[in-house]
Amino acid sequence: MKAKVGIIGTGNIGCDLLVKVMRSDMLECSIFAGHNPDSEGIKFAKKLGIPTTFDSIKYIENHPDCCDIVFDATSAKVHIYNAPILERLSKFAIDLTPARVGYFCVPIINLKQALEQKNVNLITCGGQATIPVACALAKIHPEIEYLEIAATIASRSAGIGTRNNIDEFTQATKDALKDFTGIKKTKAIIVLNPAEPPINMRTTIYALVEKPNMDAIRKSVFEMAEKVKNYIPGYKTIVEPTLENGRITTTIEVTGRGDYLPSYAGNLDVITCAAVKIAEAYAQKHGGV
Amino acid sequence: MKKLKFFDSTLRDGSHAIKHSLSKQTIADYCAKMDNAGMDAIIVGHGNGLGASSLQTGLSTLSDADMLITAREHLRKTSLGAFLIPGYGTIRDDLAPAIDMGVDLVCVAAHCTEANVTRQHIEYVKSKNKSAFGVLMMYHMAETQVLVNEALKMQDYGADGVIIMDSAGASTPELVSKTIRSLKRSLAIDVGFHPHNNLGLAVGNAYVAYENGADIIDATVKGFGAGAGNCQLEAFIALLQKLGIETGVDLYALFDVGDQIIEPVWAGGKSINSISIVSGMSGVFSSFVPHVKAASAQFNVDEKDIFIELGNRKVVGGQEDMVVDVAMNLAQRRKNNLVEDMISSLQ
Repeated sequence: MKAKVGIIGTGNIGCDLLVKVMRSDMLECSIFAGHNPDSEGIKFAKKLGIPTTFDSIKYIENHPDCCDIVFDATSAKVHIYNAPILERLSKFAIDLTPARVGYFCVPIINLKQALEQKNVNLITCGGQATIPVACALAKIHPEIEYLEIAATIASRSAGIGTRNNIDEFTQATKDALKDFTGIKKTKAIIVLNPAEPPINMRTTIYALVEKPNMDAIRKSVFEMAEKVKNYIPGYKTIVEPTLENGRITTTIEVTGRGDYLPSYAGNLDVITCAAVKIAEAYAQKHGGV
Repeated sequence: MKKLKFFDSTLRDGSHAIKHSLSKQTIADYCAKMDNAGMDAIIVGHGNGLGASSLQTGLSTLSDADMLITAREHLRKTSLGAFLIPGYGTIRDDLAPAIDMGVDLVCVAAHCTEANVTRQHIEYVKSKNKSAFGVLMMYHMAETQVLVNEALKMQDYGADGVIIMDSAGASTPELVSKTIRSLKRSLAIDVGFHPHNNLGLAVGNAYVAYENGADIIDATVKGFGAGAGNCQLEAFIALLQKLGIETGVDLYALFDVGDQIIEPVWAGGKSINSISIVSGMSGVFSSFVPHVKAASAQFNVDEKDIFIELGNRKVVGGQEDMVVDVAMNLAQRRKNNLVEDMISSLQ
């Protein structure tokens, strides 16, 4: 039996997530919830034959048996409101907003621990894309003094929720890089590029280290990228770890599967694939729920 | 006509020209001498603003706090301004501390089509009863009507004015006049213009903006700034004086700080060189120059070719990581061409 999931939030992330849930052998979307009856997302879900509501979290409160896992793809502010409700209803909450109420999770790093939690936060797309590489670097050189990431995404793939939360987005990415690697000084830069045709999502990871062992770094980063590729198929190293200008530079490009927006929107896939990975692991652990 | 306002970005944009190595002494001396010069605001910091000291854009010698506190000590009459690009600095780590340090005014900047990322920061600045100006960078990349709509969003968020930045110095005078006229027609708040000199038009374009109703000119002493530099404030003031336009600016104070404080720290000095012209032609952010130079040396690729390819890829401010990617690709392409040539010469 498939585990029943609810999705709250009908923007770019909610819609991309819906398609990925539909493709999963272990998950089934029992409610797709927004608050605007005219939203493009609700229309999209209806076309796919998915039950929809514009009662948002209220629907889940009124129909507590509709699902066991709830993905929240609204906004940081809304998730802060939703989180205690989901907890009271004993739902496993997977939060795709930068609200950071729950436990930071990057599946390849700490999936097992995340499954013990009631509320898991997926940080940001920039965080999901760069933390694995940052950890691969820190594994070889735990003494790294400074680590920085710069994420560029196509303007079209950044919906109003992302834009209204750009500050939380930047801060959460920076803080999570620090939490996951133990590196004292980190920075995150987020850039939106409106070029047409839209550019693919790309993130560059920089690190400063005294005497880098480039061979070991390259091996560690390649291995990590391969593992991430298992759940994010479009994840690719396009600039391999290179020592230039006194810094280590690595660039990752993520092409999307094109489920809701075209393939340039890899920033959606990077976080929705991680969310599905966590939900599937949770479902498996709880015997299909 | 009402009095034109002047935002002095010498200690912000100039930071790009010397790889963000301003010293406390320079900031202190400059602010002390400029406090009575008639500027409406003096904007201080890393070239890309609060929280922007980074490997991506360039590390700053001084922290934001050191720069702002130093400037604050020496500014009594003139507003102290800070610059912030959302996606670099954050409210918790950068903006809130800057306001605590006594910043009076904040310019919140975004790429010209992305104004809605400035909402949180403009609203925050206004909630602290400080002045907030929206900044639309790389304005040559958007249609005028798009630009007007983006500026209107900033007005809605509560901005006291909107400043249009010709970040790549890619403006024609016609584009300046059309843009400023359209903005003045649609906005109820101040409209400002920040020229760059890649094509030698910065002072002229500032004048065109003024003629078309701009309320603020954002410029720098000596034109100290990224790439070919900015609108040279003292030349522009001299032009206005010659035309009999009252500016309220002490021109000799500008000459003095330019000759005594800026000239000694700006080793290269201002010049419109081949690379800055190509940057203007291809419409690429002026502040990419040092990154392009470094990549050109490392990968042995022509600086101008890198700029042209960056222009083809429509990069925006903050995408300096594309420089290494492009340089590596150009080097690879050349290598492939060599192999092709060798093979075809065998046939």
